[in-house]
Amino acid sequence: MQVTDLFSKFDPLIAIRKEMLSHGGRDPFSVVMEKVLSPTKAIIKGKPVILLGTYNYMGMTFDPDVIAAGEKALKEFGAGTTGSRVLNGTYQGHKACEEALKDYYGMEHAMVFSTGYQANLGMISTLAGKGEYVIIDADSHASIYDGCRLGNAEIIRFRHNSPEDLDRRLARLPKDAGKLVVLEGVYSMLGDIAPLAEMVAIAKKHDALILDDEAHGMGFFGKNGRGVFEELGLDGQIDFIVGTFSKSVGTVGGFCVSNHPQFEVLRLVCRPYVFTASLPPSVVATAEASIRKLQKANDKREHLWKNSRRLHSGLKEMGFTLGTETAQSAIIAVILPDQEQAVAMWQNLLELGLYVNLARPPATPAGMFLLRCSLCAEHSDDEVTEILAIFKKAGQATGVLAA
Amino acid sequence: MTENKAIWQQTVALIEPFNKKAVPLTAETSFATGLEWDSLTVMDFVAAVEDEFDISISMNLQAEIETVGQLVAVIEKLVNEK
Repeated sequence: MQVTDLFSKFDPLIAIRKEMLSHGGRDPFSVVMEKVLSPTKAIIKGKPVILLGTYNYMGMTFDPDVIAAGEKALKEFGAGTTGSRVLNGTYQGHKACEEALKDYYGMEHAMVFSTGYQANLGMISTLAGKGEYVIIDADSHASIYDGCRLGNAEIIRFRHNSPEDLDRRLARLPKDAGKLVVLEGVYSMLGDIAPLAEMVAIAKKHDALILDDEAHGMGFFGKNGRGVFEELGLDGQIDFIVGTFSKSVGTVGGFCVSNHPQFEVLRLVCRPYVFTASLPPSVVATAEASIRKLQKANDKREHLWKNSRRLHSGLKEMGFTLGTETAQSAIIAVILPDQEQAVAMWQNLLELGLYVNLARPPATPAGMFLLRCSLCAEHSDDEVTEILAIFKKAGQATGVLAA
Repeated sequence: MTENKAIWQQTVALIEPFNKKAVPLTAETSFATGLEWDSLTVMDFVAAVEDEFDISISMNLQAEIETVGQLVAVIEKLVNEK
């Protein structure tokens, strides 16, 4: 009897990758940063490259105060906790980090997870149980989908960013069943933002609790940098805000903040919180220092928005097709017609000294091939000018733009 | 049975715009291997079915549906439960 090779299900993917690399050039999914010079510059294959594909929106990774806090904690508390948050893995630094989050969001409870992915996994799978409902946007991040799969609730999807569709679907569900509506401030593939005001009003009309993932919104939306919900005047109306330390905060980790009176019980029942090691002391120390600084980083926020608007209008003028009509966030997505053009363009940009993210189906909506650019508050005006020049050159060289 | 036939016809009409390869439809036609739909097509189609019949087909339930016949049976059950 012939036993099935467990890897045979990956054959189609292996074939696609072969085809992609058959034209020569570099593999977009195995780039190595040999040295990182600053939040916006790295050395790849021995050459300096401008980074336009990180989530280092506020450029906090090399902030001297953040690094000093990490070094101090590393020396005083060691390299790792080797334990769960609920047993031996909660140090003074984890509590200090949660205090910083409570201050940042003006909320009563904060829970720090080991990654943003685990924060969504834990919150969604734990909040909604059997016979209850999680209602999610069709374009939700993988961590939201995986949180749904980990739990026992019924999962209902609505059409991306459509308040009417959300309303119709909520209306069909049993009135007395518990419901959790999961939204994201910024959808990271195209960089579009959600019509949160309409959606929050609809969720409340149907007595659903609301979880808002502000992974790509924290740091530079709203007066205090809390996220898209703050920008849209929804402070105090979101039941659970989930976020990450691996974007604007500049390290790694995830969190949820809430005013729910029973929130603390989650520490005992949320499996992705309990059954994993807590963050190393140096990481929570850098996160705390960074969050405290982000609270007052108004100049950086302004400069980031300026960069985003400049890149968007510059690329649009050249004739590139973009994911949004205007610069809605710090992500600007360039839409390419097919994989061949997307890979050629990506490789050309890298040769010319610019790194962006290549995104392809199934990660992208509607089967799109995207070059995703994400701005940093530390990109100087000159760097943005250089970025635009590189895009023009690569666009013409690959035939994406008319020569 | 008459109701089942009406639901069958409505379902077939909803499949048609997504049936790019004009695959002939029977109760045994599979969405994944017969119609060769990817996850994005399935998502758009399910939304259309939900709105046409005013029902909720959760992702949990979708995972159990492989063929057109199975879908029609699920729709009939959900419509009757309303």
